[in-house]
Amino acid sequence: MNESATKDDVVLIAKRWKNKRGSLIMALHGLQNRFGYVPRDAAMELAEQMDVPLARIYEVITFYNYFKLKSPGKHVVSVCMGTACYLKGAPKLLKHASESLNISPGETSADGEFHLQMVRCVGCCGLAPVVTENETLLAKVTVDSLEAHLCKCKNKEKEKA
Amino acid sequence: MGRLTLQDLDARQGVQIQTFDKPWIKVGMSTCGLAAGADAVFNALVETIQSRSLDWRVTRTGCAGMCSMEPLVEFRVPGESPVMYGEMTPELARELVTHFADKRSLPDDHRVPGLAELAQAAGDPPRTGPRQYRIVMRNCGVIDPENIDEYIDRGGYQALKKVLSSMTPEQVIEELKTSGLRGRGGAGFPVWSKWKMTRASIGDEHFIICNGDEGDPGAYMDRSVLEGDPHAVVEGMIIGGYVIGAQTGFFYIRAEYPLAIERIEKAIKQARAAGLLGSNILGANFSFNIEVRLGAGAFVCGEETALIASVEGKRGTPSPRPPYPSVRGLWKQPTMINNVETLANITQVLLHGGRWFAGIGSGKSTGTKVFAVTGKVKYSGLVEIPMGMTLREVVEEICGGTASGGPIKAVQTGGPSGGLIPADKLDTPITYEHLQQLGSIMGSGGMIVMDETDSVVELSRFYLGFCVDESCGKCAPCRIGGTQILRLLNNIADGKGKEEDLVTIRRMAHAMQKASLCGLGQTAPNPILSALRYYEHEFRERLVPAHK
Repeated sequence: MNESATKDDVVLIAKRWKNKRGSLIMALHGLQNRFGYVPRDAAMELAEQMDVPLARIYEVITFYNYFKLKSPGKHVVSVCMGTACYLKGAPKLLKHASESLNISPGETSADGEFHLQMVRCVGCCGLAPVVTENETLLAKVTVDSLEAHLCKCKNKEKEKA
Repeated sequence: MGRLTLQDLDARQGVQIQTFDKPWIKVGMSTCGLAAGADAVFNALVETIQSRSLDWRVTRTGCAGMCSMEPLVEFRVPGESPVMYGEMTPELARELVTHFADKRSLPDDHRVPGLAELAQAAGDPPRTGPRQYRIVMRNCGVIDPENIDEYIDRGGYQALKKVLSSMTPEQVIEELKTSGLRGRGGAGFPVWSKWKMTRASIGDEHFIICNGDEGDPGAYMDRSVLEGDPHAVVEGMIIGGYVIGAQTGFFYIRAEYPLAIERIEKAIKQARAAGLLGSNILGANFSFNIEVRLGAGAFVCGEETALIASVEGKRGTPSPRPPYPSVRGLWKQPTMINNVETLANITQVLLHGGRWFAGIGSGKSTGTKVFAVTGKVKYSGLVEIPMGMTLREVVEEICGGTASGGPIKAVQTGGPSGGLIPADKLDTPITYEHLQQLGSIMGSGGMIVMDETDSVVELSRFYLGFCVDESCGKCAPCRIGGTQILRLLNNIADGKGKEEDLVTIRRMAHAMQKASLCGLGQTAPNPILSALRYYEHEFRERLVPAHK
């Protein structure tokens, strides 16, 4: 990562939130939106810019599920594990994704292409089961339709390579 | 749009209906619709209409509630009743345009019941039969949520105008008392009482928070209202701010709902530009502003004190109550927390009157409730029904029973804090009290339908696993109790449980209910207790047979 670019981005985010009450979580969302996770050097820069102890930043990041400490990879595959999706076969989808990508839930593939995770309800229960891949939301997913989408992602990466 | 005056508001009401003189197509574009491909449908409609140089109107709208039929498209022809189409594709959308342009008639394929057939709207005369009644969702699937003019056109900000120009805060509270409106987040606390207590508390400043941290995995009505009618919630919050004497309000919304966040932010911006937020709102001596704060994935933040900690930018751990937030909340100031659905009711109570609202529903459960009916049901989606309707009417008559056509095994309400209702109890009316008697709760409105293939043991394990994951770890009963019950439950599910485990589970569950610090721990054992109450045999079937 380019160090000065990181710093500039963090400074901007800190500037936006510094003088607002209770805005640490908002600033952290800003970091995660920018980098895909909260990099340690960015967290340190934020601590300095916002005048907040680094320990307090990590106290918050580690409490909430949403914040990531490691780079999640290019394709974040999230299998919804809300109740409706669970009843309609989400565990099977998770197992399939895990086998197809050869990573366990919560892990990132060695080449950094895929990250697999469970999420708590994306609020699309009427279309259960649901899987998201970055911004794309797949509805009424079956093992076959999931595999087709994963293949598409894999091929895209191969083409680029 | 510049700052609005009281007269401007009136002049802008009901304009679109009068000027609606050409075909008008609305596409449902909330999260559900977009997931099902509404974007491509919208683009196909626009392209086809442009390529044929037709002078038609195509607009976006929110979620009509029929999520399993998305993408939904409503075709309106002046002078005729609107026709709704479900499960649209770009090809079907092109055909639809061509068909009407060439033949001046609408095709029959893919028609689904429209909003008017599904539901009675606020203000309509009563109708017979189990039907939806839309107060909270009155604008969802009807207006373009990103356009304040459409909201104002449908009577938006009239309640705010009425309050600011002719009502004292006490009169608003009195009207809410008459209405009997109770909090829709789960507990069902009387709204007027919360408003009155917060107003009466002394502090340097007062705050109002809208709880949009819809935590129950399986409920999404709050997302749908935030996405489909954001101004209604904003207006409800402004009125709340006026009544309790707040100058600042916060929306606390889950980060997992990016579209809801975007639409609320847009609504706030539009309201500010129109002078409906800021200083001297509608010329009155009242100033109010709204900020947005995002959650970050913590179920415990549905608990009021944890939510407040999170809005302050801290870890979302709860604190003992009292003091209640109405006395000492955000930054130790009097704070009122209302759920999204609660706030969306406020404008209608004030416009139509508390007595009107109290006339809908049953007993102490007045008004309507929105449910997310999902699971093994034929038509899953959002339904808003007058309280007092039976579970059977909702699940079988409105939602078509199970998808497989087989019998319903049970309905689960209240999510991880609720319980199971077996099929033979489905004739119970939906009220706060009746559901509680059955060992469940109203909750925020998740309603999961189970059929015979679903295992109660597995569902109990699912819910308890959820609560153990989400426990903040602050108090021992929840932290340790949950983990230990889950361990025993896993044993049972894997066929390694013993008779005495069932006794231990019950004992620990009761201890958790009594001794946990907050609602999460107090209610986490509900699903397993209710499962044991009605389906103990399913657990017993999996036990290790006792030695002879």
